[in-house]
Amino acid sequence: MGDRIELDVPARPEFLSLVRSIVTLIAETGSKLPDRRIEDLRLAVTEACANAIDAERRKPQVERRPIVVRCDLEADYVVVEVHDEGGGYDPAALASDPDVTRPARLMFERGLGIPLMRELSDELELRPEGAGTTVRLTFTAHLRR
Amino acid sequence: MDLGLFVREEDDWTVLAVSGEIDIATAPSLREKLHGLLADGRLHLVIDLDEVTFLDSTALGVLVGVLKRARTEGGELRIVCNQPRVRKVFEITRLDSAFDLCTSVEDAVKGGAQD
Repeated sequence: MGDRIELDVPARPEFLSLVRSIVTLIAETGSKLPDRRIEDLRLAVTEACANAIDAERRKPQVERRPIVVRCDLEADYVVVEVHDEGGGYDPAALASDPDVTRPARLMFERGLGIPLMRELSDELELRPEGAGTTVRLTFTAHLRR
Repeated sequence: MDLGLFVREEDDWTVLAVSGEIDIATAPSLREKLHGLLADGRLHLVIDLDEVTFLDSTALGVLVGVLKRARTEGGELRIVCNQPRVRKVFEITRLDSAFDLCTSVEDAVKGGAQD
């Protein structure tokens, strides 16, 4: 069993830079992921946290909760979970976006975050949890590109 | 963290040099600046991303929106991007084929899509 570090982060955009810096440092300190995989993790975790912050910001201010970022560290892989209580997502809405490889996709201004997370991580899981969503990202030392 | 946004003119182009990290916290100021330039009639834009240290999908969304508007109004948008970590974000999302990605501001104002 590896180490676990958990952060409660205010659901505000100005904390996003801080979160990705901390999670990047955690992965650098507690795993043997190469630099390029750490870069992938940095971007994918930002995407997950941005979605979580957006979900919380759709609620009235008094009901907003911190997002929770959990890092599970093993020698050769890192799992990062990002949880919000923002009301969940609509899988049908996700499916309606054109695939990222289709030309029509290029002119969509939103919805690039999940395809990015899928490309950057070894495994991406979105699941309903509590009143919201948990995104689970797994990164191994394997270089994907 | 603030985003650096510096505007200058080169030939018939307006060059916006961006520095810092672009994410949901800073993308609104980039969007506001670019749409402000378009509203001023500066329809030939070069966005220099060489001093950008981080860029996420929110930033791409802003750039796609500006590209669409510039083209609709008869303008052009070119992007200078040499940093591998920034360029990779365009490549993963296949947006490298939607934008004119250039290796320098000089190339961008001369002809674009040099690589």
